[in-house]
Amino acid sequence: MSFLQIENLSVRLKDGAPLLRNVSLAVAAGEVRGLVGESGAGKSMIGKAILGILPRAAQVTGGRILLDGTDLQALPPAERRRRIGASCALIPQDPLTALNPSRRVGPQITDRLVDILGWARPRAEARAAELLSEVQIADPGRVLRSYPHELSGGMRQRILIASAFAAEPKLIVADEPTTALDVTVQKQILRLIHDMQARHGTALLFVTHDLGVVSKICQRLSVLYAGMVVEDSPVRDFFAAPGHTYSAALLAATPKYTDPEASLTPVPEAVIAAVQAEVAEADRRAAHG
Amino acid sequence: MLDGRAMVRRRAGWRLWLSAGWLGVLVLAALLAPWIAPKDPLAQDLFLGRLPPFWVAGAEPGYYLGTDSLGRDVLSRILYGARLALIVAVVAGTVTCLLGATLGLMAGFLRGWADVVISRFIDIWMAFPPVLFSILLIAVIGPGLGSIILAIVVIDWTRFARVVRAEAMAQGAMDYVASARVAGRGRIGTMLREILPNVLPTVVVLLTLEMGIAVIVEAILSFVNLSISTDDPTWGGMIAEGRTSIHQAWWVLVFPLITLFLTVLAFSQLGEGLKDRYDPVLR
Amino acid sequence: MADLYEIADLRLSLADMTRKPVFGAAPRMEILKGLSFTIPKGAVMGIVGGSGSGKSTLGRALVRLLQPSGGAVRFDGRDITHLDEAALRPLRRRFQMIFQDPMSSLNPRHTVGTIIAEPLRLHGFDDVAGRVGRALDHVGLPRGFAGRYPHELSGGQRQRVGIARAIAVEPDFILADEIVSGLDVSSQAQVLQLLERLVAELGLTLAFISHDLSVIRRLCSRVLVLYQGRIVENRETAALFASPEADYTRELLDAIPLPDPDQPWV
Repeated sequence: MSFLQIENLSVRLKDGAPLLRNVSLAVAAGEVRGLVGESGAGKSMIGKAILGILPRAAQVTGGRILLDGTDLQALPPAERRRRIGASCALIPQDPLTALNPSRRVGPQITDRLVDILGWARPRAEARAAELLSEVQIADPGRVLRSYPHELSGGMRQRILIASAFAAEPKLIVADEPTTALDVTVQKQILRLIHDMQARHGTALLFVTHDLGVVSKICQRLSVLYAGMVVEDSPVRDFFAAPGHTYSAALLAATPKYTDPEASLTPVPEAVIAAVQAEVAEADRRAAHG
Repeated sequence: MLDGRAMVRRRAGWRLWLSAGWLGVLVLAALLAPWIAPKDPLAQDLFLGRLPPFWVAGAEPGYYLGTDSLGRDVLSRILYGARLALIVAVVAGTVTCLLGATLGLMAGFLRGWADVVISRFIDIWMAFPPVLFSILLIAVIGPGLGSIILAIVVIDWTRFARVVRAEAMAQGAMDYVASARVAGRGRIGTMLREILPNVLPTVVVLLTLEMGIAVIVEAILSFVNLSISTDDPTWGGMIAEGRTSIHQAWWVLVFPLITLFLTVLAFSQLGEGLKDRYDPVLR
Repeated sequence: MADLYEIADLRLSLADMTRKPVFGAAPRMEILKGLSFTIPKGAVMGIVGGSGSGKSTLGRALVRLLQPSGGAVRFDGRDITHLDEAALRPLRRRFQMIFQDPMSSLNPRHTVGTIIAEPLRLHGFDDVAGRVGRALDHVGLPRGFAGRYPHELSGGQRQRVGIARAIAVEPDFILADEIVSGLDVSSQAQVLQLLERLVAELGLTLAFISHDLSVIRRLCSRVLVLYQGRIVENRETAALFASPEADYTRELLDAIPLPDPDQPWV
């Protein structure tokens, strides 16, 4: 039984525009699953739907999200928030805006443990320091007393990672956690996420547009286009031979310095037209079925 | 972008129409006052004092909103009062805007010594208490339309300068400004061609707000008898007079007050409505 | 082959506003610490480095958006290091720049047509409307886009408007500052393909700033690697990838996650 099971999830904007079309995917406990797509494909939206942080203008119009067997949509809002808070966490994209600039870092990590999970403050503080060492921050005490703007981007991202693992969640949604980072820092952060995930046995939903990153850290991936899943495969199989023309085109467009001529190939018009026709067909079926 | 903007745009339409509508009516009333006012606003008739509005028993036909304690028709006085209010609003608002926005634009975009001089000037100027300053000014120059307008400009230009300076600085850091430089545009040209259109929406909103503020300032000054010195009716003056007879003749106070309130509200909504309708970025 | 740019011991310091005392000037922070290199005519020169390497600052110095603090920048034989704005203006037609952020590099309140026409008008070109149309053709955008506003276009389309603006004045040199970094993978590939074609068709010399070595490999004939304001490597592309000399270059190459699960990495 998968820890996270999404069945036929549909999300629309209040004015009717679809954001997610019948999305289904399953993440087993401890598995790393990649969600890949271009901007607007809906990959972030899935993470937000799971965590209950969809934008105000969007709403779930169909399908179920099962977290450890429980249908989240069927719970009353307060209970749903509690469940999500207890078993899920988020590693956000922008380390700068994800931390409150006017508070020190320490309270931002411990508040969640104390207020929401009911821990005693000393225990929460000890855990925060422990986590900062785990993400390889030397001198955790000093960092906990610092303000976010006093720290580098890479350091802030480490803090956000530590914070995500703090309450031993069963599922972490990582929303493009390395997109804003330098390539050398990205490597360190990815390695860190990989190690922590392995050590804590957490399931990880990794949202990214970068197929290179997916090949390093994910075991399965889903490729999204216009809110629809066009492919769902194990990573090794995907890179050997993608199962859908659109994902094959995405792979061919991805930069690869070991193969300059065959990479960075624009996606052909015909492929776009074909996948758009698939989307239109799916919409037709949904309207009539 | 999934923000509330999509929803705001749909409501912006009526905001613009209502506010422009009210102000349009007011402008017409002010222009056509000599022809549409039912009575002479200055004509006193003590036998017709404190008559109630037309829907209350004891009203006299022809005096639709009643009369004040000197027998003067409230409605006609409101119509004539609109003239002063609008002149002050438009002239004081526009001059304040031109002065403040120009200095703010220069300080925010040109930076350097222009910014240093203008900013220090603003800081020192804002240290004067505004109401006392304007009363002092009028006491020295003498009451009159010009003094009121001068007082408003002198106090409020710093509001424009500060806000426009901040906007200009923010826009100046954008890449499209660097691009204009690379294309070969000079600094003044860039300020006018590139920065100004992007600062204009804020300026329009501030301008209409300022017009509303000007109306209130004039009302306050005429409330304390520091406005124009003639007997011409002013909304503030009517409110002052109405205060004394509020128990016997509430209409003398209430109607000019409502008119004042609606006018100021209309000005503030007009700016927002114009911005929503005409700013290409929000379309 | 003549060199379009000759850079000798280029130094550039900027005021460090985060450490400015209340009275007095801010201390200077040296960003470029003595760079020397040339850009031959017709070359596509990649400039690569991490954040803090000074690559953007170098780009802006080349198009004289910034004034060097020391050293010399020669463009087509002429020393432009300390020219004032008036002297630079006629020259500006010959070196243009395309910016990274497609959102902030186009004036949100000007139409696409106005944006492309501006530099043409400033430099006194005739038939502005015709040239705007041809520029749009060159970058593969329909001529009807001239009436649209930037926010009505996608990121890739906006970036193509930026390219159209740069090529409209028929420059000799274009500086492309991380122009594909903010784009989707498919838009990125399209813009790069467009750039390759334009360089060939219009005989442009290009300096391409990027943090992505894979993109540089495809587009550039030479590569300049910057680290903390200094050049650590300046070689032909193929040679650099075959046997990188500098430690930092090797570090950069190792850090790149290739779309290949067999790459030895994490």
